[in-house]
Parts: sequence; C-alpha cells; structure tokens
Amino acid sequence: MNRTPRLLTLWCPDWPVVALDLPADVPSVVLVGEDVFACSRAARAEGVRRGLRRREAQRRCPDVHVVERDETAEMRAFEPVVAALEAVCPTVEVIRPGLCALPTKGPARYFGGDEALVHVVAEATNDAYRIGIADGRFASALAARRGAVVAPGKAAAFLAPLPLALLEKPALVDLLARLGLRTLGDVAALPARDVASRFGAEGIAAHRLARGLDEHLVLSRTAAREIAVEETLDPPAESVEQLAFVAKRLADTLAAELAAHVLGCARVLIEAETETGEKRSRLWRYDGAFTAAAMAQRVRWQVAGWLEGPVAERPSTGVRRLRLVPDEVHRGAGQQLRLFDDATGSVEADERAATVLARLQGLLGFDAVNLAVLCGGRGPTEWARLVPWGEPRPAPYDATPPWPGRLPAPHPTVVHDPVLPARVVDGTGADVLLDEHGAISVAPQRLSVRGGRPTAITSWAGPWPVHERWWDPVAHVSLARFQIVTADGVARLMATGEGRWWIEGTYD
Amino acid sequence: MALAETLVRPSTFLAPETLPVAAPLDALFPYGGLVRGSIVAVDSLTVALALLAATSAAGGWCAAAAVPDLGLAAAADAGIDLHRFVVVPTPGEQWAVAVATLLDGIGLVLARPPARLKASDARRLSARLRERRGVLLVNGPWPEQVDLRIHLAAGEWTGLSDGYGRLLRRRTDLIASGRGAAARERRVTAWLPG
Repeated sequence: MNRTPRLLTLWCPDWPVVALDLPADVPSVVLVGEDVFACSRAARAEGVRRGLRRREAQRRCPDVHVVERDETAEMRAFEPVVAALEAVCPTVEVIRPGLCALPTKGPARYFGGDEALVHVVAEATNDAYRIGIADGRFASALAARRGAVVAPGKAAAFLAPLPLALLEKPALVDLLARLGLRTLGDVAALPARDVASRFGAEGIAAHRLARGLDEHLVLSRTAAREIAVEETLDPPAESVEQLAFVAKRLADTLAAELAAHVLGCARVLIEAETETGEKRSRLWRYDGAFTAAAMAQRVRWQVAGWLEGPVAERPSTGVRRLRLVPDEVHRGAGQQLRLFDDATGSVEADERAATVLARLQGLLGFDAVNLAVLCGGRGPTEWARLVPWGEPRPAPYDATPPWPGRLPAPHPTVVHDPVLPARVVDGTGADVLLDEHGAISVAPQRLSVRGGRPTAITSWAGPWPVHERWWDPVAHVSLARFQIVTADGVARLMATGEGRWWIEGTYD
Repeated sequence: MALAETLVRPSTFLAPETLPVAAPLDALFPYGGLVRGSIVAVDSLTVALALLAATSAAGGWCAAAAVPDLGLAAAADAGIDLHRFVVVPTPGEQWAVAVATLLDGIGLVLARPPARLKASDARRLSARLRERRGVLLVNGPWPEQVDLRIHLAAGEWTGLSDGYGRLLRRRTDLIASGRGAAARERRVTAWLPG
C-alpha cells in the first residue's frame, strides 16, 4: 500500500533575495534581526554566508545592499509564479514564498509523463526555478534542489545516501549522529518500534521522512473539512490590515477547534471572496502543524498578494467572505497546540515529554538527562542510580530487605556527595569516637560542620554499624551511622569511622 | 481593535488553572493548587518533593534540574513515580535553556537557580512559563519576584531520643506569601513526610 503522493516541487534558491528583484551583480543580504537570513550569489562570492551578523557581512563585503526581511513582500513577488503553476495544475500548495508543490498524478498523465511535465512547468515559469519530482514531500523537495526526477517507488533509495542534517531537526540529528548514524538510510534501517520508544513523536516523524514517507499519517480529508471556519464581513474589507485582523480571530478559532480534536493541520485551504463573487483560494502547507499565528500569516500573505498584487488581478470590490478549511490533518497536535494537559497523565503527555527529553539530550549530552532507579546498598549514594533517558532501565531493586545497617524511610532529601566533614564532641569538648566494640561511650553534645560553629545536639540515635567486605583486610570498611538533630531543627544522617565524622545526608 | 482586546481578556472572576496539591499543603495556595504559569519558591526540599508527588500521583511528569544532591530515595518515599520523574543533575552553563526546554514538555519542574542567574534570563523564563502553562519550583535565590514563596519556618522531629529510636516525621510550620491573591499570608502546620 503506497499512499504517499507523487509530487512536483518547484524551488527558488535564495528567494528572499531574489524577491527583491535587484540586478544580479548587486551583492545583497536579507536580515532577520541582526543576522543574515539569505544572501545573493554576488554576496556569497564575497564570503557572506547565512547566519553571519550584519556587521560581519558588511566587513566582508563593504558595499553590500542590506534589507530587512519582509515575508509579505516575498509572497507578493512569488504570486505570479504560483498563478503560472495553477494554469498547469489547479491544486498547487504553497509551502512558503519561493517553494511550492503540486501532485503529478493528473498533470503527468495529461502532458505525457514526468519529464514532459517538468518541461511544461519550466516553460511556464521561464526556466527560472529548480524543479524535481519524487514520491512524498520530503524526497520531492530534495529532488528539486538537485533538479532530479526520481522514479516511482525509488524515493527511499534516493534518500538513503543523503546526510541526516537534511531532516532539519538539529537536536534530534545531533543525537542520532552521536549514536553513529550518518545518513538517512541509516535511520530508515532502524526498526520503527525502537525509534518510537526511544525518540518519541519527533523520531517517528524523522523515521517516516527517511523512509520516503510523509511526516505524518494523513487522516480523512472530508472529516477535517467539517471543522472549517468562516466569517462574513459587513461592510466588506478593503485593506489587508482589516483582513489580517479578521484572519487572526478565525485562525485562533480554528486552532482551538483542531486542538480540541487533538489534530494537527499540515495543509490549510484559504478562500477569500468579494461581494461580486471574485474569488481567490489557495492551499498552504506547513511543516508539522499550523499554529494560529502561522495560519493568520498565510491569510495575510494571500490577501496582500491579491489586493496589492498585479493591478490587472486585483479584485474590483472589497472582500466579503473569508474561509479557512483544514485540508489535511493528522493525529496528535503539533507542539504549538497545547490545549490538552501535560501535567495529568496521557499518551500525549508521554510523547511530549519524550520529544523534549530527546531535544535536551541533544543540547546537554546523552548522559545529562536521566531517570532514577532505586537499588540496594547501605549508603545514601548507593540507594539510587541514574540511567540516561532512553536506555533500558534495570528492574528496580527491591530496596526493603536485607541490608543490615540500612536505615528505613524517611531518607534524607539531600545526599552529600562528596560528604561534609564534621566534628562531634561531648560535654567537655572531647571528640566522640567509636570504641573497639563499635559503640560510643559518651553522649554527643555538639556538632560542627566543616569547621563551622558548633551547634547543640538536641537528640540523636545510633549507632547503626556497617561492616562491609569484612572478609577483606584491605578493602574492609568499618563504620557506624547516626541520626542527629541539632538545636536549629536540622536533622542529619552521619557516619563515623577511623577517628573521623562526616555528614552523608540532610533531612532538609 | 481596543474593544476586541478588552473582550478577550480572561475574566478575573474565573479561578486560574492549577496543578493538584494534596492536603494539608493545599491550604497554602490561594486557589488550592499550583497555579499554572507561576513560579513558586520553596526553601525545603521535603516540601518540594511533596508538591511534585501530587502531580506525579495524578499521572503527570515532573523533573528536577540542577539539584544534584537531591535524595532520590526520598523522592520515591514521597510518592513520586520514578518512571515519570526526569533528573538533570548538572545542566551547567545551560541552566536557563535546559529549564526552558523541560518546561516545553513537562508540567512541573523543580530547579535550583545558579548563584548569578541574570534577571533577564529569569524574566524570559517566566514569560515562557506563562505561555507553556507549566509551574516552576525554585529552590534557591531568584533574581525577580516570585509568585509565591513557601517557607519552612520551624520543624520538630519525632522518633528520636538520646541514643535510641529513629527519625520518623517532622511537625513543620509552613508559611506561604506572595503577590496578587497570595498577598495574604497563609500558615499551615503539617506533618512531613506525610
């Protein structure tokens, strides 16, 4: 069963710069904040790269033309390209300005094969863009980068040798690389069940992509379309600002509706219609699940491209109706849609925790994120062990029986590792020490911690003797534990042996 | 537009969403639980563990970050399900990022702030917290004002005498004070561990 659609992707490299429509020999960069987001070929030749700070870009290329990013303008500039594609196939979906895709099923048959379709599309768009065809969105997008047509059923083979970084999930990729995985083929070869249990939702999505499938299993389209939202504007809106305001409200409603159904929406159909029935509808795709803000932004792009686009295409009257239709939905809300509860148990909560923990391991290192397992042992540092998240947890040790010398609950809430050196004295100021029978002969009166001021001991109990490795004259440990409460109300778990005292734990 | 903003502001008469807290500690909280999106300072780890345990008992996830000396056996004693309790002992320099990341997917996080946490980092974290609807328990100094502060004012241990017995429980006097609805000081006497 192969329900992964075969798609043609059209991609324009450096679109944010291309959209500026400057002469090709002018070095230019587009900034997001103070960072270079995109640069022209001329700027790249001078050593400018994406991610540089503005100042560094200007140092490398002093006469560089600097522009703030304006996505609405980018989309406006992309509008004619989409319109040209729509003449070839009506179901074009826009992923972002400079990148769009269409299903090849109908058009390829009509034009006589994939190669012929590529030719038609290239001609319709003046040979200005890169075009690729493959099964599935991910493979199709990568095929476009290479200008390749991947044969039906060969997407996984096409992807296999490509590097993991193409997944564009930096934290996860970092983690996978740490585990010795290098290519998409390496990931695809992992058993799906293991990926799910180890890497959670993000891992499942990455695994699907690496195998040439779409990121999520798509649910029934008709069911999704039933939760469409729309608004009739009276009076009709003449400006992009007015429509953007309505769009925000509609997007919020739709996002809440999707969240209530625990659905993520990857493709939304946006329809705008004027009083006189002029209509502009467009499909928008989003990696993962649309947020309300992202949907509202798409509406803005679309109406800006219409109302402020080529004069000949502009509507003659104001927009009267705005409609948002979730066109493709998948199970499990995206990370942004969080109306459900993460503090009460659910499968979603487990999945979300798993995703976050994998991300955190990517950030801090595999060993930095742990679960605790109780184990045997007499000393506080031996009672529990940390196991990195994702590693199999050993069965918890039955911590109750027979550990002579081990104290029952409550256990100290603070475990000192290393231990705190201390001194315990009697009423005369003499050190209280274990005698040869493992007992103390006088009552301890005062405790000082780390050479600090002595505090009066108000109550105490012990000794709980410990004789570890008594058979071994070298490694043999002989010590005794005490519980001691001082006048400041602090309770300590202490140990003494070989003429010294130390604090192992504090009941904070 | 101003009108719309007024309309969507949540009604102040509605009680905020909370995470559960077991009796008798619930009496410390103006809404009977940990208000989502808030920062609560807790000076006693015993109290912190009791708060984590209530969420854990409801099936939720919780975490401890930068508390390397936390007694894990005590956490289990308190009733925390260790399968859903994440321990990040030493996030080091990445403290703020690590805590923010945890709060993306885990509802209740206990963390000990580094000595020189920047006020700007603290503010960014509380903004993230409000957005993510989680609760952050801080065990240590916080550079900004916290929403609620729970102070263990006095404690008296039972079970221990001069040379015999063992520690059993502690009768504690807890004081909660904060801002907003928590401005009125609340006091509770509780036996801990419960």
